[in-house]
Amino acid sequence: MWQQLFDSLKGHDFMVVAVAQDSGGAADAGKWIEAAHPTYWSLIDVDHRVSALYGMVNVPRATWIDEAGRIVRPPETAGSTDHFRNMDPATNTLAPADMAARQKARAYYMDAIRQWVATGEHALDADAARARLPRATPDEALAHVHFRLGAWLKRHGRAEEGATHLATASRLHPDSWCMWRQAADFNEAGLAAGPAFWERVRALGDKPFHPPPDLAGFRGR
Amino acid sequence: MATLLTESGDFTVAATDGLWLDAADVARATGWTLKPEGMCRDEACVPLPASATRDGRVDLAAFWRLLGAPVVADSTNAVWSLGRAAEERNDALAGLVAPDFTLPDLEGNLHTLSALRGKKVFLSTWASW
Repeated sequence: MWQQLFDSLKGHDFMVVAVAQDSGGAADAGKWIEAAHPTYWSLIDVDHRVSALYGMVNVPRATWIDEAGRIVRPPETAGSTDHFRNMDPATNTLAPADMAARQKARAYYMDAIRQWVATGEHALDADAARARLPRATPDEALAHVHFRLGAWLKRHGRAEEGATHLATASRLHPDSWCMWRQAADFNEAGLAAGPAFWERVRALGDKPFHPPPDLAGFRGR
Repeated sequence: MATLLTESGDFTVAATDGLWLDAADVARATGWTLKPEGMCRDEACVPLPASATRDGRVDLAAFWRLLGAPVVADSTNAVWSLGRAAEERNDALAGLVAPDFTLPDLEGNLHTLSALRGKKVFLSTWASW
């Protein structure tokens, strides 16, 4: 999906950096990267380091960085929406209207990126950017070290002890879907989308899973 | 031997009595250097209590707690994970300079975000799960 965006912006001083938040590393993320044939930077982040540094709690999330290396849009949902929550659990399908709305929202976000690259539009000034930054708590900071340790132990044959640290991380930082889903059981498709996932989504109630980006005209659900 | 997981990467270090390390190992893994005035990084120095240093070695876990930063070890004290304090991250982000990182691509080649200065960057996360 980013390849198309990147290709459409050839000739501009622009780069896409797509970072897989995958503790299993290439074993989990590799086949998706190979299928995408990326010419942009496609990186693997076994420690979810980017999420920790930028305060991202789900995927996909994105931040926009200008030529001087400054954040001009703090972490936000990268074009995804909550339409999947309307999915029919029996058939795992989405109504055509929801499918269309989802595609429209994604296209809208992609266009916003293109406008930014071409004209600078949608970049926030410093005060507005600062006001939208996520704020870490001591519990979240502690969660990240437990997550890092748990992921390391799991990769080094100590899955049981690793799981206790991953669970601690998730308890300390319950807003993080990345931490929860990375530790959850994967289904046959490699997705942490079993009954426990759907229960957790339902428990959000009116709260968004993918908060819509603050772009006039974007419809997230 | 212990494994140290820090913001700079994963390190194998000779640790004794918990996380007492040679000052050179501390510098390599954390960027903090032992000096007469304490532990120093960039322009800043933090005084180190006498109980946390001896014969050119440093009790890194004690120092990390002194910084108010999170540290956790496995059940055998062989793997230590050292993180960044919440306020440190908040202050860094408030400056709006994109936090830098170095990560591998599928072939193992390393890429550093700050090498892209001069370009606009769309930094996005995803996951297989």
